[in-house]
Amino acid sequence: MTTMTREETEALINEVLEVYPADSKEERAKHLMANDSSLEKASKCITSNRKSLPGVMTIRGCAYAGSKGVVWGPIKDMIHISHGPVGCGQYSRAGRRNYYVGTTGVDTFGTMNFTSDFQEKDIVFGGDKKLAKLIEEVETLFPLNKGISVQSECPIGLIGDDIEAVSKKAAKELNKPVVPVRCEGFRGVSQSLGHHIANDAIRDHMLEGVEKKEGGPYDVSVIGDYNIGGDAWSSRILLEEMGLNVVAQWSGDGTVEEMKACPQVKLNLLHCYRSMNYISRFMEEKYGIPWLEYNFFGPTKIAESLRAIAAHFDDKIMEGAERVIAKYQPLMQAVVDKYKPRLEGKKVMLYVGGLRPRHVIGAYEDLGMEVVGTGYEFAHNDDYDRTVKEMGNATLIYDDVTGYEFEEFVKKIKPDLIGSGIKEKYIFQKMGIPFRQMHSWDYSGPYHGYDGFAIFARDMDMAINSPTWSGMKAPWLAGAEAPAAKAVNE
Amino acid sequence: MPSVMIRQTADGKLSFYVAKKDLEETIDTMEFSTAEKWGGEVKLTDGSLFYIDPMPAPKLPTTIRAKKM
Repeated sequence: MTTMTREETEALINEVLEVYPADSKEERAKHLMANDSSLEKASKCITSNRKSLPGVMTIRGCAYAGSKGVVWGPIKDMIHISHGPVGCGQYSRAGRRNYYVGTTGVDTFGTMNFTSDFQEKDIVFGGDKKLAKLIEEVETLFPLNKGISVQSECPIGLIGDDIEAVSKKAAKELNKPVVPVRCEGFRGVSQSLGHHIANDAIRDHMLEGVEKKEGGPYDVSVIGDYNIGGDAWSSRILLEEMGLNVVAQWSGDGTVEEMKACPQVKLNLLHCYRSMNYISRFMEEKYGIPWLEYNFFGPTKIAESLRAIAAHFDDKIMEGAERVIAKYQPLMQAVVDKYKPRLEGKKVMLYVGGLRPRHVIGAYEDLGMEVVGTGYEFAHNDDYDRTVKEMGNATLIYDDVTGYEFEEFVKKIKPDLIGSGIKEKYIFQKMGIPFRQMHSWDYSGPYHGYDGFAIFARDMDMAINSPTWSGMKAPWLAGAEAPAAKAVNE
Repeated sequence: MPSVMIRQTADGKLSFYVAKKDLEETIDTMEFSTAEKWGGEVKLTDGSLFYIDPMPAPKLPTTIRAKKM
C-alpha cells in the first residue's frame, strides 16, 4: 500500500470506529488522529491520559507496574518488597531485563522477587505486622542491602494498612532508607501515575536532606535509562568517550549512592522523559541542575543529541563530541550499507510505552524505513506535542489503542513490521506480519548508542527478511487463490 | 489554587507545569514580566487563564500558587 492521504487515514479511523456504541465511539474518536506535523499543540487533535473504556482490550499497565517495574525495580542494591498477594511480584519478576553488575542475592537483588504473599487473614486483620516481620527477615538474610522499598499492591490501599508507620520505624531501627511507595494498582489510569508516585517517593525519601555538593566540571547523570539489554552501558561509554564524567545512572544498574550523588552533577541527561521528568524538575528547582532530553536511537539522532549535550559544556567537550561522532561514522555507514538495501521502503507501525513511539523513528529512518503509525500506552499531551513533529503528515497516531482497533489498523495499513509488546506479538505473527517486541527488545539489545544501532539493524532485518514468512501459505495452496490465507488476513 | 512550576524552556518561553494534573503547557502571555513586578494574568497556549499574585521576578524554575480563572 502506498502512503495514505489525510482523507484515507480519517476514513480508516471512521471505519474502524463504526462497530462501537455511540458514546464509546465518540470517546475513542478523540484518541485517534491523522497526523498534522505543522501542529504546535497536539492536544487539539488528540486526547491522552484518560481512563480506558470498560469493555475494550487496553494494553496498558497499572501504577504498581510503573513504580516497581519501571522506576524502583532496577535499583539493584535495594530490596523491593511487593507488598500484597504474590502474583504482582512474581509476574513482574525480571521480565524487563534490566541488566546489572553484581552478585545476585548477596549485594544486588534485581532479579529476585520479595513479597509479603498476602493471605485471607492478612486482608481481614491487616498486614502491618507481617510487613515488619518481613523487613526484619530480609535484613537478616540479606544484610548487604542498602535500603528497602515497600511497593504497595492494590489490597494495601483498600484495607488501609499504614505502611508509612512500619517503614518509618524500620528505617530508624535499621538505619537504612525504608521507603513506603503508595503505588497501588488502581491509582490513576495507567502506569504513568505509578512513575509519578515513584518519583515523588525518591524525592521524599532518597533525596530528602541531601545537600548540593560541588562536583567536577564535567559531572553528568543519566536519568531514565533502564539498562534494558545493556542500553545504559552502550550510552554511557559514548558520554565518557567525549570527556564527560557519568556519576549516576538511574535506575538501570543504579544504586542508592548514585541517586544521592545526583545533586553534584552539572547536567541531568534524561532519556525517558515520561517516567523521570518529575524528579528532573525537582532537581532543577531545588539544586539548580538543568536537564536535557536526549535520544540515542540511530546515528542521526545520536549525533544530534551528542552535540546538544556538548553545547552545555566547554570547547573540550564539544571537540570530544565531534571526535566520537567522527570515530563511529564509518562503522555506522557500514551498518547502513549492509542493511539499508534489505530494509529500504519497509513500513513500520509502533505501539509502545513512554519514549519509543517517537524516539525510534529516527533509527528506522536511518535504515530507510518509514514509520506509518505510532502510539503510546500512557503518554500525556506533552508527549504528543513532541511526536507530531517527528511523524510524517497524515500518518496514523493512536492513543491507548484497543486490541480491536490495532488489529483493524494493521489489516488495512498492512505494515511490513510491527513494534509493540509481548501481548501483541503472537497475534500479529499469526496474521503473518513480522514483529519485534519493543519493550524489552525481544530478548536482544542493547539498542541505544552506536553499538546498539548495529544490533537494532540486524534484528529488524532478521524479523522482516526471515525465510519463515515465505512459509505462511500451505504448499498446495501456493498457486491457487488461497482462501485459507485470505481468512487469516481478513 | 493549584501549585504550578514555572520554568524557562530552551527556546526562551516559559513553561507552566501543574504537577497534580500532569499538565504541561507553554505560557502565551503574562500580564507583568518586569524584574519588580511579575505575574498577574497568565494565558496559556491552550487558551486557559490563570492568575498569579504579582511579585518581584523569582529565580526560575519556581513553584508558586496560581488561581484558575
